[in-house]
Amino acid sequence: MRRIRWLVPALYIVFVLLPIYWLLNMSFKTTNEILGSFTLWPGHFTLENYRTILTDPTWYTGYLNSLAYVLMNTVISVTLALPAAYAFSRYRFMGDKHLFFWLLSNRMAPPAVFALPFFQLYSAIGLFDTHIAVALAHCLFNIPLAVWILEGFMSGVPKELDETAFVDGYPFWRFFIRIFIPTIAAGIGVAAFFCFMFSWVELLLAKTLTAVVAKPIAAVMTRTASTSGYELGLLAAAGALTIIPGAFVIYFVRNYIAKGFALGRV
Amino acid sequence: MSGRTPNQKAWFLVLPVVVLVAFNAVIPLMTVVNYSVQETFGDNQFFFEGVTWFEQILHSSRFHDALQRQLLFTAIVLAIEIPLGVAIALAMPRRGPWASTCLVLMAMPLLIPWNVVGAMWNIFALPDIGLLGYSLNALGFDYNFTRQPLSAWSTLIAMDVWHWTSLVVLLAYAGLSAIPNAFYEAAKIDGASAWAVFCYIQLPKMKRVLMIAVLLRFMDSFMIYTEAIVLTGGGPGNATSLLSIDLVKIALGQFDLGPAAAMSLIYFLIILLLSWIFYAVMTRDEPQ
Amino acid sequence: MARISLKNLRHSYGPDPAAESDWALKRFELTFEDGSANALLGPSGCGKTTLLNIISGLLRPSEGSVWFDDRDVTSLGPDARDIAQVFQFPVVYDTMSVYDNLAFPLRNRGVPADAVDRRVREIAGMLDLEDTLDRRASGLTADGKQKISLGRGLVRSDVNVIMFDEPLTVIDPQLKWRLRSKLKELHRRLGITMIYVTHDQTEALTFADRVIVMNEGVVVQAGTPVDLFERPQHTFVGHFIGSPGMNLLPATFDGGVARFAGHAVQTAIAPGMVPAGAQLQIGVRPEFVSFAGTGIPVDIEKVADAGRFRVVETRHGQFSIRLLVGEDMPLPSERACLRFDPTFTHLYADGWRLGERPG
Repeated sequence: MRRIRWLVPALYIVFVLLPIYWLLNMSFKTTNEILGSFTLWPGHFTLENYRTILTDPTWYTGYLNSLAYVLMNTVISVTLALPAAYAFSRYRFMGDKHLFFWLLSNRMAPPAVFALPFFQLYSAIGLFDTHIAVALAHCLFNIPLAVWILEGFMSGVPKELDETAFVDGYPFWRFFIRIFIPTIAAGIGVAAFFCFMFSWVELLLAKTLTAVVAKPIAAVMTRTASTSGYELGLLAAAGALTIIPGAFVIYFVRNYIAKGFALGRV
Repeated sequence: MSGRTPNQKAWFLVLPVVVLVAFNAVIPLMTVVNYSVQETFGDNQFFFEGVTWFEQILHSSRFHDALQRQLLFTAIVLAIEIPLGVAIALAMPRRGPWASTCLVLMAMPLLIPWNVVGAMWNIFALPDIGLLGYSLNALGFDYNFTRQPLSAWSTLIAMDVWHWTSLVVLLAYAGLSAIPNAFYEAAKIDGASAWAVFCYIQLPKMKRVLMIAVLLRFMDSFMIYTEAIVLTGGGPGNATSLLSIDLVKIALGQFDLGPAAAMSLIYFLIILLLSWIFYAVMTRDEPQ
Repeated sequence: MARISLKNLRHSYGPDPAAESDWALKRFELTFEDGSANALLGPSGCGKTTLLNIISGLLRPSEGSVWFDDRDVTSLGPDARDIAQVFQFPVVYDTMSVYDNLAFPLRNRGVPADAVDRRVREIAGMLDLEDTLDRRASGLTADGKQKISLGRGLVRSDVNVIMFDEPLTVIDPQLKWRLRSKLKELHRRLGITMIYVTHDQTEALTFADRVIVMNEGVVVQAGTPVDLFERPQHTFVGHFIGSPGMNLLPATFDGGVARFAGHAVQTAIAPGMVPAGAQLQIGVRPEFVSFAGTGIPVDIEKVADAGRFRVVETRHGQFSIRLLVGEDMPLPSERACLRFDPTFTHLYADGWRLGERPG
């Protein structure tokens, strides 16, 4: 019984890797080969698909655009969430419980509901088809998440730390930046990870708010699928490349994954 | 949240957040509410219509169908993902290099853009050239997710399980790691069976984590859009047109602002209501 | 009930211990008599929890064997040894009632329901838990939960030994003494062998008939509280036990007698063989130092009031010597002479008391 136990996660991991393997398989084949025959690995191994993507501006700007708004969003969300989380963690003020709950309720909002209104709103203020628009739009979901995570970590830091610093004469902002933030560095890492994650993967709003200039890679992929027929090989390669930033991020936080998911409050 | 000092100036600290979130939440919602009670003929002229759209939606069989499909989908997905995720977390070693390797590999689906998830499964499930599609057909099943509703549903569910079970695993694993060893030692001394350890130690101690997992999965599966639409486009026909898909069709496809807005509000309210019920049921006997 | 013997025991957490420092527990032999109350006392990291886990079966020793009466139990797990353990923080099954918690170990062993009921009520009575039997275990205070933990151990009538791993850590100070007296009372009543691990000397000295002092994996001394107080075998025991701890002064051995700063000091054991090159120290507790007409000249530095007595800190050259003086006794003003009671003054070589060495 003991031995069989690890079969469960092992089988699951095989299940997880299967579609990814298939994607990679296809990305190294030409579309003709894909449509022509069914093989478990490329008959004619080719890097043509990847070459196209990395050299064709329409493709690689897609990646750059996506990375741009994701990074923007992560920075904005975490930066704004920090003082807010501090306030929720350290102070009682009028309406604080209701405010906190209202913030969290935004996480429950279906993006589909906001698709059209966002389209109109951001067009109206002239931010349509910009990176910042997507970054700001994603703040709707990411800021509440960041505040929630950071507040959890901050509550784990005893108030005595703040009080000692104030007694020692630190002005608030100096204390915050020099003392407090390093203490909750793990929490900031977790919050940034989740913001990155949700912004990188969310695409309905990203597509709705962009057209040409700030087009994310997702839009490039779907456009390709519809206009130039089914360029499967190319599509597969494009998809495979989008996995890389994610794999990167996971690798960096691998030691904190289990701890981080504890979110300081689990 | 104890030991907090009253300080109204804290509002300055939360102001940027409030402004940004309100901008993104309040204005669009106001727009939606606005549209939901008005009729337009396209040239920027609006006529107050009261609750017409709401009535129309609530009586529309299209909406009911979409809602039913959505409820069915969410129920199935929760029923599979939560127990499966917990089982995997229980089966994993509690520490060591294998544990982090497993977690890293399992976390991969969570960081893949949702459209790529849909595209990946689309390619994977194609009847003639996809690994899954080809294999199923070779085994004798009549499988074509682009033409058969049952195949489409199965593939959609399989994709969601593939995509999100890892989240449950990670959360459950975190919850399990938080259980101090002393409990397992005491159980050994008390002669408890593995099943007893699960019922009386592990499950109760994972309660908070599981609650978060269930709520998150409930909300997100109820809002599913991108990966579903890339996989099936809502079809065949509208066999897999879940609520978000249907809503976007009406809003951005047909630009039927009134009905779309009304449906949006009803949708949002349904989620809020069900989430609140879930939350209330689960925290029923928590000592406050 | 059982007599527990540890033979030739040594334990290392690493795979290939080479140096002495790799061993968490250095080689020793120890016996706990049937029905005795013992304490394992020592600072953090001294190995007491390791030792406890070896006795309970949660840990298998690298070398040596564990015996319960005449049975070699080294290869048996904790459930087969019939032991009970109370941990640092309360371990209770939150979702069960107090009654079910206490009944759990019995039910797992297939004891019939009426026997279970009788036993649970009996133990609950002993621990003053009868009123809470139907309540959910999670609703009790920390000391209540610890009593449940203890109860789960007592409820099995065949339990060989009960082990306590710093059980009062999370208990409120005002309730600590109550739980402590309850433990002592239970021991007297039930006569089960008990082993109590702690770093708090008050707990150890008040609970146990026999205290085993450990430091850095070594069993330094095993004896009654009085023994430890009056005849510390090691300087560590001298300063760890007692508050304030023992005075330790560098000494020389000259002309057949120990000397501190040139002054002859009579010690309890006339030192026969003093090992050459050893670092010598004279140890005497403040309780056994007094002012006298002649003796070691000192300057009085500080007087601290400790209630019924005063701690006087004096200085001879660069060495400080403490003594205890009753609250009503007159104190000399600045300079005085000190006398060490010879019965309780000891000579230590490299930390170990001369004349006796632990086996």
